[in-house]
Amino acid sequence: MWDNLQLLFVWAPIINLQVILDGIFVGAVFALSAYGLALVWGVMNIKNLAQGDFVIMGGYMALALHQLHVPLVLILLIVMPVMFMFGWIVYVLMIRRIIDQDMFVSLLATFGLSLLLQQVMNLIFGPEVQTIDMELPVYDAFDNMVTVPSSKLITLILAGVIATGVIIFMKRSRAGQAIRATAQDPRAARVLGIDIDRVYAFTFAFNAALCGAAGVLVSIIWVIQPFYGITYSVRSFAIVTAAGLGNLPAVIGAGFGIGLFEKYTGAILGTAYEVAAPVSILLLVLIWRQIQMRRNRQVVR
Amino acid sequence: MTMTRDTKVTYGLLALFGIFGPILFPDYTLSIAYLWMMVLMASTWDTLGGQMGYNSLGNITFFGVGMYVSAIVQIAFFYEGGVGEYTSAMGSIKPEFTQAEYFWGLGLGILAAGVVGLVLSVIFSSFMFGLRGPYFAIGSLGLAIAVAEVTITIDYVGGASGISMPLFPGDIEFRSTFFYILCFVLTIISHFLLRWLYSTQFGLAINAIRDDEDKAEAMGIPTLAYKRIGWAIPAFFMGCIGAVAGNMAGFIDKEVAYPIPTFGIFMVAMALLGGKGTLWGPVLGAIIFHVIKEATWTYLLNLQWVALGLILIINIVYFQQGIMGWLQTKYPERFGIVVDTGNATDADEKEAA
Repeated sequence: MWDNLQLLFVWAPIINLQVILDGIFVGAVFALSAYGLALVWGVMNIKNLAQGDFVIMGGYMALALHQLHVPLVLILLIVMPVMFMFGWIVYVLMIRRIIDQDMFVSLLATFGLSLLLQQVMNLIFGPEVQTIDMELPVYDAFDNMVTVPSSKLITLILAGVIATGVIIFMKRSRAGQAIRATAQDPRAARVLGIDIDRVYAFTFAFNAALCGAAGVLVSIIWVIQPFYGITYSVRSFAIVTAAGLGNLPAVIGAGFGIGLFEKYTGAILGTAYEVAAPVSILLLVLIWRQIQMRRNRQVVR
Repeated sequence: MTMTRDTKVTYGLLALFGIFGPILFPDYTLSIAYLWMMVLMASTWDTLGGQMGYNSLGNITFFGVGMYVSAIVQIAFFYEGGVGEYTSAMGSIKPEFTQAEYFWGLGLGILAAGVVGLVLSVIFSSFMFGLRGPYFAIGSLGLAIAVAEVTITIDYVGGASGISMPLFPGDIEFRSTFFYILCFVLTIISHFLLRWLYSTQFGLAINAIRDDEDKAEAMGIPTLAYKRIGWAIPAFFMGCIGAVAGNMAGFIDKEVAYPIPTFGIFMVAMALLGGKGTLWGPVLGAIIFHVIKEATWTYLLNLQWVALGLILIINIVYFQQGIMGWLQTKYPERFGIVVDTGNATDADEKEAA
């Protein structure tokens, strides 16, 4: 650990650039799936533990399409609508029935969904770790100290485009306004003629589409495996909890924050700790919230 | 503890099955041992989740920690090379424990596992019980993942490559019977302890915490102390059963010790299937769940996990009150909540005095 610290800050500070770049690349992907979770959590009070499995599902769809030589942008344009439809079906079959229930119910039901998706993916695609090789050039800088694969640059740009699109959509479009209105006050929204059920369905489906997009990017810059989903779910929860519920712009910031934190933990303590990093962030945020609330003799609920 | 005739018959049948089951079907001894283990898991989960209203997804932490603690105790006491040497040899060292050494080590290991689980739960409760509802569930899930990840970075306990447990001295037939008895006895102890606890003021207090914690606190119930105890009891038993499960499996690593997606969720699912917040719900749920699990294992093979996921979803989405809850609303005179008049007058007298 001490050696790594010295390497980072004394001998070769330029490696920091590599770590920061990697953090930004993964942070962009985390931000996408966390944004979806924040939407679903804020609008309909569903805590979706299958979030990570939606991501992996998108990844496998991309993998299958890539084997058919479909170009990257087209893959995104196919995966997002398919995941949107999948999300809508899931909403109709199960989420609609648990929406007014105790919040733990949503957690457990989506965990069941997560188990189901994992196993189905395992049956279809097998338990091997897989990735999409785009065979794109890799750029070096500073005597090979910093390497930037162009596939990562492309995913960063795509993530940026998707995020911008989503933010504009939420701000400007009629559907986005309806979603925000429902999040603020479902009853008033209903009185004003918004079909709440459709808004909920749309939000959940929209979340699935965002996760699918994140999954496509993950399968390019990283690896996917049927059981990797849970780590993405935990990361999404950590990001949303850290950003504070209902604070959508902060979600994107927190996404990059977690990405950086994870990569720095990996660089300093070793990659074995990279999985533990988002979990510990989640716990730290929860403990910090409790300390804050305890000052006013309140609890985190 | 007064029992109705139905309860006595149920206990009788369960005891008959527990004693004669493994004798009649010796091939299924270990499977029935797992059944009792799951009954224990679901029942102790229900103390926290059903009776106290704190839905934990992290009780499996104590299971895994117990496994590792008992492994350390068993090896450290009777292998002179020490735990570090044993684990770094990755199973190539097979010390010949005598029967006395093995059973003493195991007994101490189980006890130590329970105590460490208990201590750990008290430590956790200092920073977990400010979380309510879903935050507690997510937090405890995070806790379980964090502890699992930390465990595999410790080389002293074998790191990612795990520990192979000491070999059982004696023949293989007796081995399964021995572990069966351990599981059965632990389950009986936990069941009767919980049964007694639910009939005392402790039971009333944790039910009050579930129903409205703020009001309970305002009524002068020391909620934090009750919540600590309410988590310590499950933690103790999860630690003990973890120690037994580790020895039953023969080899432990992260997947065996912290089965978060399997046992960690199954115990919740079983309690919900049977009906949470009741004494018999988790027992019933565990039995039904285990039977379904074994049946799908035999007939569906790869689709088993898919089937279990479906059961979980259908159970939670469409059949939330569980079997006991359904029976209570359907036949209130037979299964409904009994108003224990003896206890009530007791409390009244105390209040009057």
